Amino acid sequence: MVHGAEWTTKELFTYPNEYIYWTIQIVMYPLMTGFVAGAFVLSSLYHVFGQKDIKDLAKFSLVFSFALLIVAPMPLLFHLQQPQRNTEVFFTPHFTSAIAAFGMVYLIYMMIVAAEVWFVYRKHFVEQAIALIGKGGLINFVNRLIFNLLTLGAYDIGEQAVHKDEKLIKVLAGIGIPVAFFLHGYAGFIFGSVKANALWTTPLMPIIFIMSAVVSGVALCMVTYIVIMEWKKFRAKKKHEDQVSVEIKGAEVDVIRKTSKYLIAAMIAAMTLEMLDLVFRGYTAMKSWDILRSVIYGKDFFNIFVLQYLCGNLIPFILLLIPGLTIRRAVIATLLVLLGVFMMRWNVVIGGQAFSNSYAGYMHYSMPIIPHNLEAFKEGAAGALVIAILPFVFFWFFNKFAPSLKFKRDNNE
Amino acid sequence: MTRRGFIITIVKGAALAALPAGALKVLSPSEVMAAIKETPVLWGFVVDTYKCVGCGLCVKACKQENEIPLEVPVSRTWVERYIILKDGRVLIDSPHAGANGFTSQKVNNIEVNPENIAKAFFVPKLCNQCENPPCVQVCPVGATYKTTDGVILIDRKWCIGCGYCIQSCPYGARFFNPILRVAEKCTFCYHRISQGMKTACVDACPFGARQIGNLKDRNDPVTKIIQNERVSVLKDAFGTKPQVYYIGMDENVR
Repeated sequence: MVHGAEWTTKELFTYPNEYIYWTIQIVMYPLMTGFVAGAFVLSSLYHVFGQKDIKDLAKFSLVFSFALLIVAPMPLLFHLQQPQRNTEVFFTPHFTSAIAAFGMVYLIYMMIVAAEVWFVYRKHFVEQAIALIGKGGLINFVNRLIFNLLTLGAYDIGEQAVHKDEKLIKVLAGIGIPVAFFLHGYAGFIFGSVKANALWTTPLMPIIFIMSAVVSGVALCMVTYIVIMEWKKFRAKKKHEDQVSVEIKGAEVDVIRKTSKYLIAAMIAAMTLEMLDLVFRGYTAMKSWDILRSVIYGKDFFNIFVLQYLCGNLIPFILLLIPGLTIRRAVIATLLVLLGVFMMRWNVVIGGQAFSNSYAGYMHYSMPIIPHNLEAFKEGAAGALVIAILPFVFFWFFNKFAPSLKFKRDNNE
Repeated sequence: MTRRGFIITIVKGAALAALPAGALKVLSPSEVMAAIKETPVLWGFVVDTYKCVGCGLCVKACKQENEIPLEVPVSRTWVERYIILKDGRVLIDSPHAGANGFTSQKVNNIEVNPENIAKAFFVPKLCNQCENPPCVQVCPVGATYKTTDGVILIDRKWCIGCGYCIQSCPYGARFFNPILRVAEKCTFCYHRISQGMKTACVDACPFGARQIGNLKDRNDPVTKIIQNERVSVLKDAFGTKPQVYYIGMDENVR
C-alpha cells in the first residue's frame, strides 16, 4: 500500500502522487518543541529577569522543559519511513535543509538546559549524597550512587561556590532564550520555507510559531503546576494537614495570576501575527488564494474559526482578562489555550495539505484511531497519545532526583 | 607568563590556526567531478501535448521499467486529462496516473456531454529535473542530489523517509516507493540514458509526444525544438527552472 493512502481521501483533481504525507506526528513535533521553548522562557523570566513572584513555577518549568525536550524529537522517529537512519541527520547533515539544522540546535539547546538544571540542583545533589552516607539498605545505596554521580564530583557547596552557580544559571538561562527561540523558530522555518505549499510559505511562519510556542509552554506549565499542586493539597487534606493545604492554595493563586499576565501578552502577539497573515493573504489574493479561501472559510472553518480562534483564543482570553482570576477559571482557560495551540499546529500541518498543489482538488486526513497495523499506530491517535504522555513520565522520573515542586514554603531560600 | 602576554599568544595562535582553514575550500563531489572534466551532457525533455492521445503506454512502460507496481496509484510519470467546458468550467483527472488510458466519459464522477466541451487535451507529466531543485535543497541528509548532467537522483540507502522533498516539490513528482519506503521519482531512466538508450516512456510512446535529448548538443533534435519553437515550462514562478519543456501548453494546465 502507498504511504498515506491509509488516511487520505481525495476530492476532485489531485496529482496522482499527492497524499497527506505529514500527519499527526508532524502536528505533535512543533507542539512539543513549542512546549519546550515556552516552558524554558517561563523559567528564564525568573532566572534572568528576576521575576521573583513566579519562582516556584520557574523551577518547575525548567525541569519540565528538560522532560519535554527529550520527547521533542520522538514524533519524528514515529514519522520517518526509515527511522533506523535517523542518526544521519546528525552525522551527515545537509545544511541547506531546515531539518538538518535540527541536530545542531537541538544538541546545543539540550546541553544548555541540562547544564542549567545541573547548576540549579547541584547543591541539592550534594546535600542528598551527604545525607545518605551511612544509611543502610539497597535503595539508599543506589540513591547515594546516583546522587554521587549527579554531583559530577563537585562537592563544594560553600557560599562562594553556590554564588558562582547562581551566576552561571543566569548566564545559561540568558543564552538559552535566544536558542529556545531559534529551536522553535526554525521549526516554523521548516514550514515557512516550503515555497511549493501555498499555506505554509510565509516569512511570518517562524515568528508565529515562536509566539504560539510561548503561549503553549506557559499554558502547559500553568495547568500542570495547578494539577500537581491541587493533588498535593488533596493529599494534605486527607492527612488533615489543613494549614499546609491553605498555604498551597495561597501560593498557587499568586503565581497563576502573575503568570496569566505573561500568557495574555504572548496570546495578543500570537493572535496579531496570525490575523496579519490571514488578512494579508486575502488582501493580496495571489493565485493560490481561491483554493486557500475555500479551505480556510469552507472545509476547515470549524477547525480554524471555531476550535482554534473561538475556543482556543477568544474564550480563554476573556476568561483570563476578567478580574479576580480563580484557579478553576485558570484551568479552564489554559486547557482551552492548549486546545487552541494544538489546533493551530493541526491547521498548519494538516490544513496545508488539505488542498492539492494543482489548486484543483482537496485531500482529507482521517486520523487512524484504532492501531490495526504499525503505520496506523505510528501515525494515528495512539502514537500521538504516547508522545503526549511521555513528557509527564519523564518529568515524574526527573522529579525523583531534582524535586522541582515544594509545597512547604521555605523561608531560607 | 603575564596575563597580557598570554592573551597575545592566544590571539597569535588563533590567527595562525585560522589561516590554513581559510585557505581550504570545501568542494562538493559534483564540483570535483566538474573540475576534472566538463561533462558534455545536460539532459532535457520535450513533451508535445498536441501529439499525446492519453493512451497511457508511457505510464505502463515506466512502471514496468522502474518496478513501481501497476496497481498502486502513484507513478514516476503520469498523464492528465483536461476538459474545458463551454461554460468555462475546467475538469481534470488522471485515474491510475493515466496508465489504463482514458476510456470513460466521466471525470471525477461527473458525466461529460461531448456537446459541451470547448477543448480537451492530455498533458503527460514527469519530474522536471529542475536546474534549481527545491527537493535537493531541503533533503536533511543529502540523500537526493543533482548529477553533473542535470538529473536529480535519490540514494535509496541514505534516504531517511522524512517526506520533506515530497512536500517541497511544486509538481507532485515525488512519492514514497511503496516497496522500498524511501522517496521515489522519475530519474529520466538514468540507468538507460547513461547507457545510450532512451527513457522507457519515450520508447513506449507511439506518437512521439515525448523526446529526450542533450541540451548541450546544438544539433540534438530536442535542443533544436527548445531553441526554435515556442515552448514553456510548468509553474515557472517557483523559480525551479524545469528542464522539461512543453509544446502546446494551455493556461489551464496546473
